Amino acid sequence: MTRNQTERLAPWLLLTVILLLWEAICRGLGVSEFIFPAPSRIWEQFLRFYPVIGMHAWHTFWVTMVGFGLSIVVGVLLGFLIGSSRTAYAALYPLMTAFNALPKAAFVPILVVWFGIGVGPAILTAFLISFFPIMVNIATGLATLEPELEDVLRVLGAKRWDVLTKVGLPRTLPYFYASLKVAITLAFVGTTVSEMTASNQGIGYLLISAGSSLQMGLAFAGLFVVGIMAMIMYELFSWLEKRTTAWAHRGSH
Amino acid sequence: MSAFVDFDRVWLAYNDALLAEQTFAVEDITLQAGRGEFIAIVGPSGCGKSTFMKLATGLRRPSRGTVVIDGHEVSGPLKITGMAFQAPSLLPWRTTLDNVLLPLEIVEPYRSQFRRHKREFADKARALLASVGLAGYESKYPWELSGGMQQRASICRALIHEPKMLLLDEPFGALDAFTREELWCALRDLWTVQRFNVILVTHDLREAVFLADTVYVMSKSPGRMLVKREIGLPRPRDLELTYTTSFTDIVHELRGHIGAIRQGAPTASTGAGVTA
Repeated sequence: MTRNQTERLAPWLLLTVILLLWEAICRGLGVSEFIFPAPSRIWEQFLRFYPVIGMHAWHTFWVTMVGFGLSIVVGVLLGFLIGSSRTAYAALYPLMTAFNALPKAAFVPILVVWFGIGVGPAILTAFLISFFPIMVNIATGLATLEPELEDVLRVLGAKRWDVLTKVGLPRTLPYFYASLKVAITLAFVGTTVSEMTASNQGIGYLLISAGSSLQMGLAFAGLFVVGIMAMIMYELFSWLEKRTTAWAHRGSH
Repeated sequence: MSAFVDFDRVWLAYNDALLAEQTFAVEDITLQAGRGEFIAIVGPSGCGKSTFMKLATGLRRPSRGTVVIDGHEVSGPLKITGMAFQAPSLLPWRTTLDNVLLPLEIVEPYRSQFRRHKREFADKARALLASVGLAGYESKYPWELSGGMQQRASICRALIHEPKMLLLDEPFGALDAFTREELWCALRDLWTVQRFNVILVTHDLREAVFLADTVYVMSKSPGRMLVKREIGLPRPRDLELTYTTSFTDIVHELRGHIGAIRQGAPTASTGAGVTA
């Protein structure tokens, strides 16, 4: 087996080992399925409830995508502002950091007051939790231009716009993709957390209702589905990143 | 005769606070270079050589005195100049050819003609790359080139818009000795053909003497021009020249000036401490 194949198989192997171990522990120690269900039980529950799980998963998915879309728009705009103006950087960055430190779950009750139960709070929680890394990465990409290169261009009479489009933007792309990979996983966290208290649809809601009726297998199946959705989106951005900004990953091929 | 580059008692403080304290990065610089002259500026680190470059390109305006280039007082970025630095700073997402073409996408009159004449411009860039030995590397990306090749491409980028003046800030500083000498020759050949003005800032005295018509020695900060040394060595110059006594004598003489500067004010005080 080549090194490459090993690398590709490694995560699947590890997953298999973990699942087998988990199964063995649950059976060996006779852990009750109401406490900690074995993978086989979770799978069984998944097969039984998959139309319901699928419906809630789809809801969570599109709500997350809307929130994530919002955070791309806002994150990119703020990142531009902060990255290209020192005054804006000085003014906004400390406030943004403070804001990012707040637990986003704490916003959910407030959002419920403003928007009611449903998709509103979930979209906004996904947005609030995921725009920060996008903003920071765009700003960093723009703010770390080599001064020599800027001199070379400015001597030629380049306007700020020229520097931005010829150098700033392309240079920022790898940072942008990297931030998308982080942000998408956070967006799923935001949606799920919000759905747990402020929705009657979505995986978050499913988790709460399954938990309260002691259907642990179903709850775990819901968790798995969120993880899988986030992983698929992550891989999608990884792939996009490699295709469009191969120059930044030259070590890896 | 009017000089192409004319610095007349130029002082520069980087901001108003420093100006109020009378802290200058360069002081009282007076210097003239004729059209097509190759001048080199040497000095210890932090002596304001890079400040001098910023003044010559119009990226900075002097606090006192005037800078006149090609008959006009410099009042803003000077498009008739090309610049290259120690770091090649090529854009990694552009091929070598596209990197060299970058200035033409920005500077007028090329900018507005760029779409229509792209093929013509690309041919020009290819010819320029070929003249520094980079034929066949046009579609390579910068990371596929060696350091010396990147620096050649960077110099091509500085020259593509046919500037009247080329400013080089320690362009060969990061290269190994053999590559450096190869690039000296590449630069010498470009200059011999095109006869643009060159201002070369460097630490390397052999480099300065080999390439330049006139070498200026700058003092430690605040930067002042201390010595002007005309290099009378006949052209065309060959690398063999660097092993002759007339060449090494000049290098030696300049080394003496630099040594004297380095033993200036700060070491004098420690010297006093030793005797006490």
